[in-house]
Amino acid sequence: MRIEKNDAINFLADGDLLELGETADKIRQKKFGNVTTFIIDRNINYTNICQNECKFCAFFRKKNHADAYLLSYEEILEKVRETVEAGGTQVMIQGGLHPDLPLSYYEKMLQLIKKNFDITIHSFTATEIQHFARLEGISILETLKRLQSAGLDSLPGGGAEILVDEVRKKISPKKIMSDDWLNVMKLAHSIGMKTTATMVIGFGETFEQRAEHMEKIRNLQDETGGFRAFITWTYQPKNTALGGKKINSFDYMKTLAVTRIFLDNIEHIQGSWVTQGERIGQLTLGFGADDLGSIMLEENVVKAAGTSFEMSTQKMINLIKDVGKIPAQRNTKYEILKTYK
Amino acid sequence: MKMQISNDLRKIKKKILNGERLTRDEGITLFNCNEFAWLGSLADEVRKRMSDDLVYYNVNCHVNLTNICTARCKFCAFGRDEKSDGAYAMTIEQVINLINDALKDPNMSGLHIVSGLHPTWKFEDYLEIIKTIHEKFPELYIKGFTGVEITHFAKISGRSVENILTELIDAGLQAIAGGGAEILSDRVRNLLCPKKATAEEWLNVARTAHNLGLKTNASMLYGHIETIEERVDHLIKLRELQDETGGFQTFIPFPFLPKNTELGKNFKQTSMWDDLRTIAVSRLMLDNIKNIKAYWVMLTVPVAQVALNFGANDIDGTIHKETILHDAGASSPTNLAEDEIIKIIHEIGRVPAACDCNYNILRIIE
Repeated sequence: MRIEKNDAINFLADGDLLELGETADKIRQKKFGNVTTFIIDRNINYTNICQNECKFCAFFRKKNHADAYLLSYEEILEKVRETVEAGGTQVMIQGGLHPDLPLSYYEKMLQLIKKNFDITIHSFTATEIQHFARLEGISILETLKRLQSAGLDSLPGGGAEILVDEVRKKISPKKIMSDDWLNVMKLAHSIGMKTTATMVIGFGETFEQRAEHMEKIRNLQDETGGFRAFITWTYQPKNTALGGKKINSFDYMKTLAVTRIFLDNIEHIQGSWVTQGERIGQLTLGFGADDLGSIMLEENVVKAAGTSFEMSTQKMINLIKDVGKIPAQRNTKYEILKTYK
Repeated sequence: MKMQISNDLRKIKKKILNGERLTRDEGITLFNCNEFAWLGSLADEVRKRMSDDLVYYNVNCHVNLTNICTARCKFCAFGRDEKSDGAYAMTIEQVINLINDALKDPNMSGLHIVSGLHPTWKFEDYLEIIKTIHEKFPELYIKGFTGVEITHFAKISGRSVENILTELIDAGLQAIAGGGAEILSDRVRNLLCPKKATAEEWLNVARTAHNLGLKTNASMLYGHIETIEERVDHLIKLRELQDETGGFQTFIPFPFLPKNTELGKNFKQTSMWDDLRTIAVSRLMLDNIKNIKAYWVMLTVPVAQVALNFGANDIDGTIHKETILHDAGASSPTNLAEDEIIKIIHEIGRVPAACDCNYNILRIIE
């Protein structure tokens, strides 16, 4: 039976961590048995130049800043080549909102990658898509269609933060608002482009706002079925204008379990070892997560904010085996490529 | 096979809820159990039954008199030979200075003194240190020495353990530390630490102390060459002695930290999963020891916080400056502010209780 938003709020506020964990784990067990998946992929952050200047971000630079950069096509292709050689099946290309690159720049980037490599391109967040459309002066749907025909396979779910405008205005007033984010996702789903969804907790949002975020995602999923996975991250306060303290693991674990219970129409719940570290990342596998995401060949954004965990495939395999589960490499569609017995 | 395991677990759960004692086989089953939240909730249930919602901590100062040690256990990154780089032996003045420094925190209430087995120090030297500290700082509680050190004192002085302990009690010692138990198996000890107290000698110190009214702690160093069976047997040995004396106050599972140790080359650090499972199974097996400690120095603070939901009700202390485990690459800070400890406990809806080395409550922070 589906639980209501109010139940989710109560669970987040007063629920027992282990009871929630047990319930979430049972749901996971029923769907996935003993298999825990991961993906070998690489993040390519093509630019750190960004006009958004979100207060929680430690990565962005203004265009004239000494550390500002924009990768060339050659550099990007080189990174894709390294990914393919490392057994990677996906690249996640994301960047700041560059103030003056035309859509054709991105189209050409995608075409070049697809021409040279057999790899899935899971790239650009909703925020970037909306930005591209504005700069180009065309609709979001048109933008998505053009990127899709240039080779874009799916959209990652970043940039959702908390889908409550009151929170967004405080932390990232220049970034797209909740409805815009949801709209990009909806349009992507409408042309058969699948996406994931994320939530970032720890901005000082209320439990009610977290539940509202989850409900918005669940409602859209009822309509489109286009979300493949849901990922909860925790805000990384180091080096950011917003500052503050990192939320505790207890809160993170509890929220993770509630997302598994509440989001009954989203298949995969991903545990985050990138924002939480390997040890808590491992623990998520007992609290509802069936996937640990990427081994992350490169992750500049999170690194700049002070969490620099890196993980090799072997380490990932051991981490999953340690908890008595069977590690399996998957692709972007969550199809299993290789099982490590 | 899977069905069988579930049936076993159901039976175990029933026994726990009825307050029945678990067998060796049941302990082994639990150590092999990956039903994680299930295990945690059971341990948490027992924790509530045994010690309500209080979480104990000390505002304390660790004193490690010397790292020069004749035992040179293979899992240790702290011990040195007398002539090695980094070898030190504190003078009594240095000890007093360290304590005075720690006393800048007005809540600092006691000491935890454990050290290497120095090759030339006599028992009287150690005794003198305790006497001096106690005379100078009568308001501070003193928990000191492990079963290994006490056994060493008996050997070098030719006296009985009882005699050593009596002298130390008279000098001001109020409790014995839990270290040195490692794995109470002679197979493991012969391989890893043949030059110090045997399992029987360690247990004998605890038994003798308890008979003299001196409380002690107990520990287990896991995550190296020991088998699951040896972990369970270790817990059962402690449980049996506790049935006899009732003198163990807290049990501390120590995960082996491999960095900078001779043994560590062949081992990676235990997983968090194993750490939390060990806390939970310890809570469930040790039905007669009131407290289970999540030692944040080894577990790291976030893991220790989660461990408080897996059966632990004790988070050790502020420490002032930890050295033994930081030599072994511990990634935690070397001390923790009391505020931080209070916050960690409050965040999970529990009640911090500052206590002395005998778990007498000094302050409850609602």
